[in-house]
Amino acid sequence: MNIFIVIPAYNEELSVGKVVSEIARVYPEFKIIVVDDGSSDLTGKVAREAGAMVLRHMVNRGQGAALKTGTDYALAKGADIIVHFDADGQFDTQDIRAMTEPILSGEYDAVLGSRFLSKESNIPFLRKIVLLAGKFFNKVFLGVKSSDPQIGLRALSKKAAESIAISHDDMAHCSEILEQLYKSNLKIREIPVVINYTEYSRKRGQSSLNAFAIAFKLILNKIFKNY
Amino acid sequence: MSIRLIIILFSFFVLGKIYSKFKKQELSKVEASLWFVLWLGVLFATLLPHATDILALYLGIGRGADLLVYLSIVVIFYVIFAIYIKTRKIENNITKLVREIAIKEKKD
Repeated sequence: MNIFIVIPAYNEELSVGKVVSEIARVYPEFKIIVVDDGSSDLTGKVAREAGAMVLRHMVNRGQGAALKTGTDYALAKGADIIVHFDADGQFDTQDIRAMTEPILSGEYDAVLGSRFLSKESNIPFLRKIVLLAGKFFNKVFLGVKSSDPQIGLRALSKKAAESIAISHDDMAHCSEILEQLYKSNLKIREIPVVINYTEYSRKRGQSSLNAFAIAFKLILNKIFKNY
Repeated sequence: MSIRLIIILFSFFVLGKIYSKFKKQELSKVEASLWFVLWLGVLFATLLPHATDILALYLGIGRGADLLVYLSIVVIFYVIFAIYIKTRKIENNITKLVREIAIKEKKD
C-alpha cells in the first residue's frame, strides 16, 4: 500500500519542518509530498531537509491549486491512499492513523476529519461562527451534508482521488471536493479530529471575512457551471 | 469649448484607434466591429441629441440623457462581467502552467 501525505504550504518555514519530521517519525512508511506554493521564505528547503519530496509552484496559486498539484503527482507516483494535511501544525499527526484505517480495511473510499464531532478543539469564537455559517451554506446551496466542510484534513483512496478535479485555486476547493465526492457515490466517513489553535496558527489562518467572497464564488460556479 | 465638441473629438480618436488596432490584428473583425458600433453610437448621440430624446420617449423614459445613462450602465455591467470571466480563465491557465513547471522541475 503506497500511502502519500500531501501538504500544501505557503510561507510556513516555522512549522512545516516539525510537521514533516513528526509524520516521518510516526509513519516511516509514508511518502510525504510538500507543495511549496510560491513561498518567499525557506519553506521548501525546510521541508526537504525534514525528509519530504518538495514540488515548487513558481508563484503563489492558492491552497486548492497546491493540493491538486500534490494529489496529481501522488497519483502519478502510484499512490493507493492520499492524505491531505495542513502545514501549520494545527492537525494532530496521530489522527492520520484513524483517517487511513477505514480505507485500508476497504470499507470506505474517503475519510473526512471533523472538528465538530468532538468537543476537544479550541476553536476561536468568531471562527466557529463563520465555520457554522459555512456548514449551513454548504448544506443549503451546494447540497453538501458535512459536519465540517472547511477542514483540510482528508484521506482519499486512489479511486476517490481520481474522481475529484479541483478547479478552485483558493479556499473554495474545500466545498468543491466535498461536492464531487458526494456526487460520485463513494463511501464516505467522517471521524472526529482535534485541531489545535495556537497563537501562531491563528495568525496564519484565513480571515473570517474571506468566507463571503468564497460563498459568492461558489454560488456563481453553481449557476455558470465550470466556466 | 463645449463638452459636446470634446466628446466628438475623442470619439473620432477612439474610432481611429479601433481601426489601427484592427489593422495590426490586435482586434478581431467581430471585436473591432462591436467597439466601432459602440463609439459610433456615442458620436451619434452627441451629434444628434434630439434623436436620443425621441428614442427615450418611445421607450417611456423622460430624457435622452437619462436613456444614455441607463444604457451606459448596462453596457458597463456587461463589460465588467466579461472581464471577470476572462480574468478567471487567465488565472486558471496560469495555475496549469505553474503546476506543469513544478512537476517537470521535480528532482527525483
